Amino acid sequence: MKFSVAVFGAPYSSQASLTALRFSTAVIEAKHDLYRVFFYHDGVYCGNSLITPPQDEININEAWCNLAKTHDTELVVCIASALRRGMLDKTEADRYEKTAWNLSPEFTVSGLGQLIDAGLESDRLVTFLP
Amino acid sequence: MKKPAMKKFLFVLDKPPHGSVTGQEALDAILMGSAFTQCSVLFLRDGLYQVLGGQDTTQLATKDYSVTYKALADYGVTGVYCRQSHLGERKLDTSDLAIAVQALSEAEVKQMFVDHDVILSF
Repeated sequence: MKFSVAVFGAPYSSQASLTALRFSTAVIEAKHDLYRVFFYHDGVYCGNSLITPPQDEININEAWCNLAKTHDTELVVCIASALRRGMLDKTEADRYEKTAWNLSPEFTVSGLGQLIDAGLESDRLVTFLP
Repeated sequence: MKKPAMKKFLFVLDKPPHGSVTGQEALDAILMGSAFTQCSVLFLRDGLYQVLGGQDTTQLATKDYSVTYKALADYGVTGVYCRQSHLGERKLDTSDLAIAVQALSEAEVKQMFVDHDVILSF
């Protein structure tokens, strides 16, 4: 079965992103197809490469990056949600003349059409709310 | 699996406006969805306040995006619903709302979730 996952909750502030991460891992382990993970609302903070939790706690950003690197999973942050919350990749930082950027390279910045497309193309779109 | 273009989306909003950006971002998603496929909107509980008429945010420093709900019909989103009992609990009537919203019974709301292929809750 073809799954997509939508993450709406910020890492650590709610359980949403961590549960979404474990669900995504389970989808892959069960040999299903994970079409896309879309980060919307506060979920975009999962892409923050500056996340630095204490050493005995999970780094949720790193965990998503590892999933993308290991399984070639597409991680997409909504551009409007991301810019509003200060989550920028280098391209957007240059465009808006900002002095820094913070989005991990495993994440891509794209539009809301990718969320709708995930709903259209997948057998199941599973949403994780805060 | 249904052909992608045939899928029906249901957007469910149950949070009030302005306290967070949720409603505004949900509306963005609805408008985007309407460009691709058939979309319906269901307001539940305090989500009804999203479309309450006569909103004025001038003292809140937030955008009065409630006016954008009026554009839903222009985007082809004609299925806009709420639950009748949630109106009553808030002493509201559909005439208090800024757009045309069809009030449904509990059974009809349940059927909405059955009739749509993709549910997006905000």
